[in-house]
Amino acid sequence: MSNTETPSTGTKLTRKDFLSSSEPRWCSGCGCYSTLNAVYKTFVASGLPREQFALISGIGCSSRLPYYTNTYGFHTIHGRAPTVAMGLKMVKPEQSVWITTGDGDSLSIGGNHFIHLARKNPNIKLLLFNNQIYGLTKGQVSPTSPLGSTTKTTPYGSIDRPLHPLTVALGAGATFVARVPDNDNDMLFAAMEAAQKHEGVAIIEILINCVIFNDGVYQSLTDKESRPERTIKLEAGKPLLFGKNMDKGIRLRNDARPEVVQVGEGGVPLSEVLVHDPANPNSGYAFMLAEMGGSEMPMPFGTLRAIKDHVHRPYQGQPTPEAYRKAMLGGNAWEIAEDSSIRVLTSE
Amino acid sequence: MSEHNTSATNAYGQGSMSKTTLTNKQVKEISSAVIRFAGDSGDGMQLVGDQFTSTSALSGEYFATLPDYPSEIRAPAGTIFGVSGFQICIGSEEVFTPGDRYDVLVAMNPAALKSNLGNVAKGGVILVNEDAFTTRNFEKAGFASHPLDTPEMSNYKLLRVPMTTLTGNAIEQLGLSSKDADRCKNFFSLGIIYWLFNRNPEHTLKWINKKFAKKELYLKANTLTFHAGLKYAAENEMLTQSFKLKKSTTKAKPGAYRNITGNHAAALGLIAASQKSGLKLFLGSYPITPATDIMHELVKHRDYATILQAEDEIAAIGSALGAAFGGALAATTTSGPGFSLKSEFMNLAVMVELPLIIVDVQRGGPSTGLATKTEQADLFQALWGRHGESPIVVMAASSPKDCFDIMIEASKVAIKYMTPVVVLSEGYLGNGSEVWKVPSLDELPSIPVKFRTDPTNFLPYERDPVTLARPWVVPGTPGLEHRIGGIEKEDKTGILSLAPENHEKMVHLRAQKIANVANEIPPTEVYGAKDAELLVLGWGSSAGVIKHAVRKLNQEGVKVACAHVRYLNPMPPDLSGLLKKYKKVLLPENNSGQLWFKIRGDYLIDTIPLNKIQGQPFRIDEIENKIRSILGLNVGGHS
Repeated sequence: MSNTETPSTGTKLTRKDFLSSSEPRWCSGCGCYSTLNAVYKTFVASGLPREQFALISGIGCSSRLPYYTNTYGFHTIHGRAPTVAMGLKMVKPEQSVWITTGDGDSLSIGGNHFIHLARKNPNIKLLLFNNQIYGLTKGQVSPTSPLGSTTKTTPYGSIDRPLHPLTVALGAGATFVARVPDNDNDMLFAAMEAAQKHEGVAIIEILINCVIFNDGVYQSLTDKESRPERTIKLEAGKPLLFGKNMDKGIRLRNDARPEVVQVGEGGVPLSEVLVHDPANPNSGYAFMLAEMGGSEMPMPFGTLRAIKDHVHRPYQGQPTPEAYRKAMLGGNAWEIAEDSSIRVLTSE
Repeated sequence: MSEHNTSATNAYGQGSMSKTTLTNKQVKEISSAVIRFAGDSGDGMQLVGDQFTSTSALSGEYFATLPDYPSEIRAPAGTIFGVSGFQICIGSEEVFTPGDRYDVLVAMNPAALKSNLGNVAKGGVILVNEDAFTTRNFEKAGFASHPLDTPEMSNYKLLRVPMTTLTGNAIEQLGLSSKDADRCKNFFSLGIIYWLFNRNPEHTLKWINKKFAKKELYLKANTLTFHAGLKYAAENEMLTQSFKLKKSTTKAKPGAYRNITGNHAAALGLIAASQKSGLKLFLGSYPITPATDIMHELVKHRDYATILQAEDEIAAIGSALGAAFGGALAATTTSGPGFSLKSEFMNLAVMVELPLIIVDVQRGGPSTGLATKTEQADLFQALWGRHGESPIVVMAASSPKDCFDIMIEASKVAIKYMTPVVVLSEGYLGNGSEVWKVPSLDELPSIPVKFRTDPTNFLPYERDPVTLARPWVVPGTPGLEHRIGGIEKEDKTGILSLAPENHEKMVHLRAQKIANVANEIPPTEVYGAKDAELLVLGWGSSAGVIKHAVRKLNQEGVKVACAHVRYLNPMPPDLSGLLKKYKKVLLPENNSGQLWFKIRGDYLIDTIPLNKIQGQPFRIDEIENKIRSILGLNVGGHS
């Protein structure tokens, strides 16, 4: 399992250094491959030695990823990766801890851990592979499957409303949230690198096309032809423009609802278009972005939110013999001397 | 109460407290006594119990205590289910249990009397707050007529004291509201009990001064009430005799002592284990009765423990396993329902073979069950409550102070064998307290830790030839990067493997590793008569009552002995041979016979079960009577 032929420290590492001896085994054409490549690229770019990384996963297609990186890895149980990551991070703060998880893993069985990870804001990175389906169990409805989805467990169409992973993350107080499609290597890398540098929890939703059970579910968002009209690439300090000719923008109406407007000639001036600020302290803006999509609005890709806030760090204790004695002698304590006399040490 | 026919003058009552009629009163020497304080949840009975305990401690006496809370924080006043109790057994010699029959019962209302009367020793003292015995109150407690006027009461020494009135009189000058005044009456009762047992009031007076330093009015009120109680007792004609503990014949070893509950001892045991192993201590936990006090105690010592109050029971153990992966001494603490929730992670810990301590402070089950009451019914779950073949080390603590030692032992085993260890405690042990001689670090066994750092020929599942433990590698170690997980893995390499023969091999290896822990178990000690026909076998908290019953019967010449099982998995290697030496083996358990079942299953030995499943520990007389009946001796009533 360990690759000891390549040095882990002291020299500049390459992608090869991060390949494990296990060959990746996902379905041909699965978006997990490009995600794995972006992980390699991010780890190489970080300049950190590979022993400094720990990849923690739950159960599902996404959670096989740790086996394919030559770092420390822990394939845990369904939905619980954040808990293991939390314990590891608390006792090894210098370790770069990454979670790979899916929509079923994080938003269904592990929903509680997902929101508390976001709330506590430890310096842990979470890659959420959202394919809107249970892949490894062969095609059941997931919490992100659209209403009416026909799956193995919903042959007459799903009657459950889906949730947006990023609104859940934002609602729980996540300080960094991003969304990227699986077929844009540059964007995958950029998001992961930004996450790596972020101080605090970083949650990246990766739209993964499940070629077997949900093929084409993101097609309109990822196809070269339709993508410019259906998505917005977010860039800090730049206006929210999209379209083949970058002539459409997002404006906020006076009832606080976003709307698509024609920009420039025959439309509204550029100054009326919202300017992207991921550091906006008001989470309402990021929330609005996270909810955008569907037939009316383009879906934002990139970093929706990146703010500075309190980071979860445990107190680093400094045990001393005096402190030890004090700890042991709490409550009512007394000392019996050689002559059987009693002296009070502490009393409640 | 164990009495002695000597008398002496009252040690404290004649001081500044009261110079009245004391000289006419007798002081009787006793060797032990059981006192039960009982009242409404809001009556402050735990507080007076704690005061009595502290003062006993500072007098160098032995004791064991047991608080008995209702599960409601403030149940409706005057109801049976709102009764809160605190029990203490004091002794000149070592005390094994908080005692059976009460020599003294303090009942602050009819409900407290109703729920405790059955356990008062014949001739025992019952001190009641007469003011609380109104028609409405005794009806609420389920008495048909005034309970203090019944003929049954002639079996006891009944002290009817209008404590509410007398407290009001004592602090009249302060002008407190009647509600505030009423809240002081627990100190009136404590004053009477202090006089009765010749306690030095100094510690409690100091405590009041400190506690109410910023609330002068309450400071005065409680002090005056306490003095009034002492004075009342000294002058009361009904109280012709007070008690004094006989001087101990055994000289206590010099050193530091304290009173400690099982839950606090468990917390300190983890700290000590972390110091002895040199590992960072991590606790992942979630609040649950009656285990939460372990976390409460540990959070006080942040220099010694990294603590996560997790979002749920699963996250609590998950974080602990993550910390174990990170090279920490990791623990999670819980009780029944939480223990169930942790099963899947316990299995992962078995599979990845990392050291982990899981403490289950057992309570009455199933489901929410009896949250504040004790039981020993999680043994089956600890042994077998996981899917697949999932062997785990299971140990059980025998007394509050043993909760300290067992943490060190469990940590040592967990690290040496790279395995999760379940430590079973009980609500009775967690909340109960006793005197503990505080050990220095040097006195404690060492806990060697060997992290693998050498990358040469490293295989994550290569095993130590003796223990079968796999190497412990901490993330961050260069050259030893590897992956672990819940999927079956190939022997030695740890590469994922679903090969049929490999799986069978791994199942056997994991089982053999746990079986090897038997090498750590010392020979089983037998206490009592050498030529006994009957052996009483116990596990968990019954150790104290069993030993007490056997000691008592041995003094009468009854040939009975006892032994205690600390390791439930693996079992002591000498146990089967030992059990076969006796004609009969009695096995008391606070469950329907779980160890009985295991012993029968493992050894084909039939033991005689004695089961009590009432949310209460065994009383000594229950064990004693069963022994007598097995041996064909007369079964006496309780004394």
